[in-house]
Amino acid sequence: MARTLIEKLWDAHTVADLGDDATLLYMDRVFLHERTGSVSLKGLEAAGRAVRNPEQVFCTMDHIVDTLPGRGDDTIMPFGKNFITTTREAADAAGITLFDIGDDRQGIVHVVSAEQGITLPGLTQVCPDSHTCTLGALGALAWGIGSTEGEHALATKTLAVNKPKSMRVTFDGALGFGVTAKDMILTLIGKYTASGGVGHAIEFTGPAIRALPQENRFTVCNMAVEFAAFTGVIPPDDTTLDYVEGRPYAPTGATWDRAVQYWRTLKADDDAAYDKDIAIDCTRIVPAVTWGTSPGHGSRIDGVVPDPSSAPNANTRSAWERALEYMDLTPGTPLEGLPIDAAFIGSCTNSRLSDLRDVAKVVEGRRVAEGVKAIVVPGSSQVKKAAESEGLDKVLIEAGFEWRESGCSMCFFAGGEHFGEQERVISSTNRNFENRQGPKTRTHLASPTSVAASAIAGSIADVRKLGQ
Amino acid sequence: MTLQMQKFTTLTSVAAPIMRVNIDTDAIIPSREMKGVTKEGLSVGMFANWRYTNVDARVEDPDFILNQASYRDVEILLSGENFGCGSSREHAVWALKEWGIRCVIAPSFGTIFYGNCVRNGILPVVLQEDTVKAFAKAMEDSNGTAALQIDLPDQNVMGPDGGQYTFDIAPADKEMLVEGLDPIGLTLKRDAEILAFQVRDKTARPWVYL
Repeated sequence: MARTLIEKLWDAHTVADLGDDATLLYMDRVFLHERTGSVSLKGLEAAGRAVRNPEQVFCTMDHIVDTLPGRGDDTIMPFGKNFITTTREAADAAGITLFDIGDDRQGIVHVVSAEQGITLPGLTQVCPDSHTCTLGALGALAWGIGSTEGEHALATKTLAVNKPKSMRVTFDGALGFGVTAKDMILTLIGKYTASGGVGHAIEFTGPAIRALPQENRFTVCNMAVEFAAFTGVIPPDDTTLDYVEGRPYAPTGATWDRAVQYWRTLKADDDAAYDKDIAIDCTRIVPAVTWGTSPGHGSRIDGVVPDPSSAPNANTRSAWERALEYMDLTPGTPLEGLPIDAAFIGSCTNSRLSDLRDVAKVVEGRRVAEGVKAIVVPGSSQVKKAAESEGLDKVLIEAGFEWRESGCSMCFFAGGEHFGEQERVISSTNRNFENRQGPKTRTHLASPTSVAASAIAGSIADVRKLGQ
Repeated sequence: MTLQMQKFTTLTSVAAPIMRVNIDTDAIIPSREMKGVTKEGLSVGMFANWRYTNVDARVEDPDFILNQASYRDVEILLSGENFGCGSSREHAVWALKEWGIRCVIAPSFGTIFYGNCVRNGILPVVLQEDTVKAFAKAMEDSNGTAALQIDLPDQNVMGPDGGQYTFDIAPADKEMLVEGLDPIGLTLKRDAEILAFQVRDKTARPWVYL
């Protein structure tokens, strides 16, 4: 019978059929961070259980650690140091590999997992972090779990999982100038809402996906969870293999050749059937920006703030009304030109070297508008180093951006650093929830180049107008 | 070793309607309320940005439903679609549980949140939006005195008007809740199968094994 890619990955990891669509799946990798992984490790310890295969478990410091230069264990976030030291002790006791503060492999979990070759095509991987779906871009079955499931994966090397339904999202056509992977995914979620993928595992496919460089593919899969999907996956191809080859934990020699042979089979059969099929015409996608407090509140950059009275139903109308109040926006206002207080470039969505190169191209020879706080946080210590060796840091700093150490930083407010009350921020991150980036802070999600163009303009801007 | 979890069989309680759609786990437990490497002490931070007019001083907002006398001790929440979307933080479930919530009824849930509920003795019930709205209206009309009766073994919710509404739940999730089973303990009983998989797999996919 013809199988989807997800079904192939599922079958390859089935330890036992538990009946009623539930499967005991083998977990190739577990990744942890100091925010939620620490709780998993402590919970396991309290239950008197051990990590079954510590050599396949990794941990990094990204969520709590400061991103200001000269950082250490002390954090601006109150009580933060405890997360860091507890994680370090627990990781050491469990015998797992930790990319600690100061280690040149440290960075945002989903950035470093790919960068180090820890995630490979065809693997299963979980992490107590919702954006683990990012790694589906390598053709891995990767998804976010809670800390208790984290304990399960650590102790048993498996998870009992209910099989999700299948969805194929085909991105047809080609992207126009100034349009990015971020605009693709924001457009999808904007069209089908933030619950559009609920209960489904998605295969992203089509010519526009195949044309994306590997780093941009991570951006698409990263936001599968904002679409309420179980995860998102992209079939591995030459682009994927070129990315993986030579990475520290990737196989070499004859083992590499064998792996490649297997990875070549990781695609849906031609006549595979999906529970749901969606197609998006990429020639019609323009830079996207959100206006509200859900990733589904997306608009074209040349659009206006919607009128709740035109909402498709009563729930949506009340959600829009509440969002407009929170965002302090009036229906009919053009999004382009809305004055901003801050611009943030970073996060597991958009902080990789190619993002920073694109941003540097936009801001080179220009200046961040007066009064706008503009920050760039590289996704990993490796990204930071590579960017500095190309001189990108100088371009960004000269333009007026702060240049930080790597980590999750101000993607979310955890009691430490944050954007100001009622400040309007344009951000390359993935969540525009109420209070996400600071108390009463108003977040507009966009691509990194849109964020850069807006920082220069001092207001939400259409990056295409800066020219080729 | 097998740990016992809190069992869920039947429950009768008033339900607090918080009928927004897409209530995310950042709203249920803001990141800054997760102050320690622990599953405890989180209920004080539950819905902090909505529940308090001054979060730091913990000044309650009397308009927020869970601050109102008739809804303070509810064990059921009603909400709009995609409840618990966003961050995987299990702290959202731990906070609800510590507060006393045993069941959430909504038209759909964030997937990770749903799984976290089941693993902590909280029953997530998916019902049609119209039904959830009707329950919410019954609560409002009765000033928080009407009760819902939930029967998990029968997969049934009885509304205040006596109407019966069945719901779906995966058998494994139901069993975990009804029996209060510890899933890790259960899986560890399959150790031989896991080991056999590993032995086969090491030959088939040697590159996986670091």
